[in-house]
Amino acid sequence: MEYLDFELPIKELEEQYQKACAIGQESEVDVSATCRQIEKRLNETKKEIYKNLTAWQRVQLSRHPNRPYTLDYIHAICGNSWLELHGDRNVKDDKAMIGGLGKIGDQSFMFVGQQKGYNTKTRQYRNFGMANPEGYRKALRLMKSAEKFGIPVVTFVDTPGAYPGLEAEERGQGEAIARNILEMTRLKVPIIVVIIGEGASGGALGIGVGDKVLMLENTWYSVISPESCSSILWRSWEYKEKAAEALKLTAKDMKRQKLIDEIVKEPLGGAHSNREMTFDTVKNAITEAYEEFKNLSPEELISNRMDKYSNMGVFKG
Amino acid sequence: MAWFRRTQKGIQTATEDKKDVPKGLWYKSPTGKIVDAEQLEKNFYVSPEDGYHVRIGSNEYFQILFDDNQYTELDKNLTSKDPLNFEDTKKYTDRLASAQEKTGLKDAVRTAVGKSKGKDLVIACMDFKFIGGSMGAVVGEKISRAADYALEHKIPLMVISKSGGARMMEAAYSLMQLAKTSAKLAQLADAKIPYISLCTDPTTGGTTASFAMLGDINIAEPGALIGFAGPRVVKDTTGKDLPEDFQTAEFLKEHGFLDFITKRSELKNKVNQYIDLILNQPLRA
Repeated sequence: MEYLDFELPIKELEEQYQKACAIGQESEVDVSATCRQIEKRLNETKKEIYKNLTAWQRVQLSRHPNRPYTLDYIHAICGNSWLELHGDRNVKDDKAMIGGLGKIGDQSFMFVGQQKGYNTKTRQYRNFGMANPEGYRKALRLMKSAEKFGIPVVTFVDTPGAYPGLEAEERGQGEAIARNILEMTRLKVPIIVVIIGEGASGGALGIGVGDKVLMLENTWYSVISPESCSSILWRSWEYKEKAAEALKLTAKDMKRQKLIDEIVKEPLGGAHSNREMTFDTVKNAITEAYEEFKNLSPEELISNRMDKYSNMGVFKG
Repeated sequence: MAWFRRTQKGIQTATEDKKDVPKGLWYKSPTGKIVDAEQLEKNFYVSPEDGYHVRIGSNEYFQILFDDNQYTELDKNLTSKDPLNFEDTKKYTDRLASAQEKTGLKDAVRTAVGKSKGKDLVIACMDFKFIGGSMGAVVGEKISRAADYALEHKIPLMVISKSGGARMMEAAYSLMQLAKTSAKLAQLADAKIPYISLCTDPTTGGTTASFAMLGDINIAEPGALIGFAGPRVVKDTTGKDLPEDFQTAEFLKEHGFLDFITKRSELKNKVNQYIDLILNQPLRA
C-alpha cells in the first residue's frame, strides 16, 4: 500500500498495529488490548484526516496509485458476463479507452471508460488514461451500437485529459470529442456517468454527458487540472493547492454548482482502502440510477437531458 | 565399429511394398508440428501443439456451431450460370462442374438455420475449396436470402467469411454482389437484428469490402489473413517491405477493425454471449 503525505499518521499507526500483532503471534504476550487500542486510534485518526480533506488532497486521492480503475470496477460488477469489444473501425484500437458489454443482474449495459495502468509498463500501454481521437470514436461506436439495440450506457470517467499529441491533432481530437458530446446529448438510451478518478476537461466530457452524473467522493472534475491552471494563471506549478481550491473541483463543489447529480460515498480512507465496498456502492448507484430512467421513453429521456444541460451556467441581466 | 551390419546386399523394396502411413491420418501444421487427425478433429481443428487454426469448411463450422450438428440447409440447390460464356485456360462451366465434383458442394457458400445453445441462429458459411471461396452471383444471392430468412424470422445472422475475393468469371455481376449483400445488411440493421461477421483465414478482396466488415461485431480467428488487396499486390505497388504481422487478425484488431479475436474452441460461447448481451436476454450457460 502506498501512502500520500497527509496519510502518514495512518501509515505509522498501521505499522504499529502490524508490529503489535506480530509480537502477539510470536510470543505468549497478550497484545489484544494494545491492538484494540491502536485500532481505535487508527479509526479516529482516519476519520479526523478524511473529514477535513482539502481540495488538493482530494485531487491527490483521485490519483492514488492503488485506486481502482475502470476495468477493476467492470470485472467486479459484471463478473463473467463481461465481453470487451475493441476498435473504432477507423484507425486503431485505443488502449486508453475501453468498452464492452456486461450484465448487472439481468440487465445488459454497454460500458465505456478511460483506463489507466497499474505499473510503468501498463501505464504506458494505457497512455496514462489519455485517449486519442480513436478512443472517443470507439466509445461513440459502442454507444451507437447500444442505442441501436436499446441497451443503456454506463461510462467511467478517469482521465488526466485527452491526449495532447501531434497525431491526435492530425486525426481531429477536438472533432472527436465534440461529436461525442453532441451525440450523447441525443442518444436514445439512458446514460449513467460515474467519475471514478480524474475528470479533466473535454477529455472527460467526451464520454461524460448523461442523464445521471455521479461523482465519487474523492474525485475531481473541472475544466483544467489544478497544476495546469496554476501554471497558466500564476505562471508557476507552485500554486496548485490554491488553484485546486479556486477551481471548486471537488464532488461537493460540483454538486453545489448543480453540474453533477449525485455524490457516491467512498469507504473511510478512500476508494482504495476497501475496494470491494467501493465496487458494491458503485454497482448499487448504477442500478438505482437505471431504475429511475428505464421506464422513460426516449423522447422524455432526451428532453430531460437537454433541459439539464441547457440550465447550466450563471449570469447577470 | 558400426552398430548395424548389412548382412544381405542389394535389398530393394518396390514402392507399393513400402510401409507408408495412409493419407489423412496425420496433419502437419505450418510450424512443422505433427498432429493425429482424430485428435485434430476433437480439438476443433486446431493444432493442440501450436494453436494453429487449420482451414476448415462449412461442414466443420456447422458442426462446431449448431447443437448436435442439427441444422436445415437453405437454398441448397442454387448453382451458378455462366452468363458471360467465360473462358480462361478452361471454360467456366467446366471449372464449375469439376469444382462441384471435387468438393461435393454446389458453390462457395452454404447457408443454414439451426439451434446454437438452444436458440435459433442463421449461418452463412463460405467454403474456400470451391474456386477459392470466390464470390459470384450464387454466393451473393444465398447470403442475401439468408439475411431475408433472418429478417423474416427475427433470428440473428452470422456470416463466416473465407474467400479469395470476387469471382472473376462472373465479372461485374460478381462485383455487384458487394452492393447486393450490403443492401440486405442495411435492412437487417434497420430491423435491429444482430449480425455477426466472423473472418477466417483468408478473408480478402470483395468480402472485406462488403459483408465481412459490416457486422455489429466483426470477429476473427487467431492468425487469419484479412485484407482488401493481397499482401503481394500491396508490396509490388508500394515497393515497401510490409510489417511481419501485416493483414493478420491481430493487425486488424490493433487497427480498430475487429471487436475481438476468438479461438475456435471458444467461438460458440463467445458468439452466443454477445447475442445474449446485445439482445438483453439471460445469459445461456
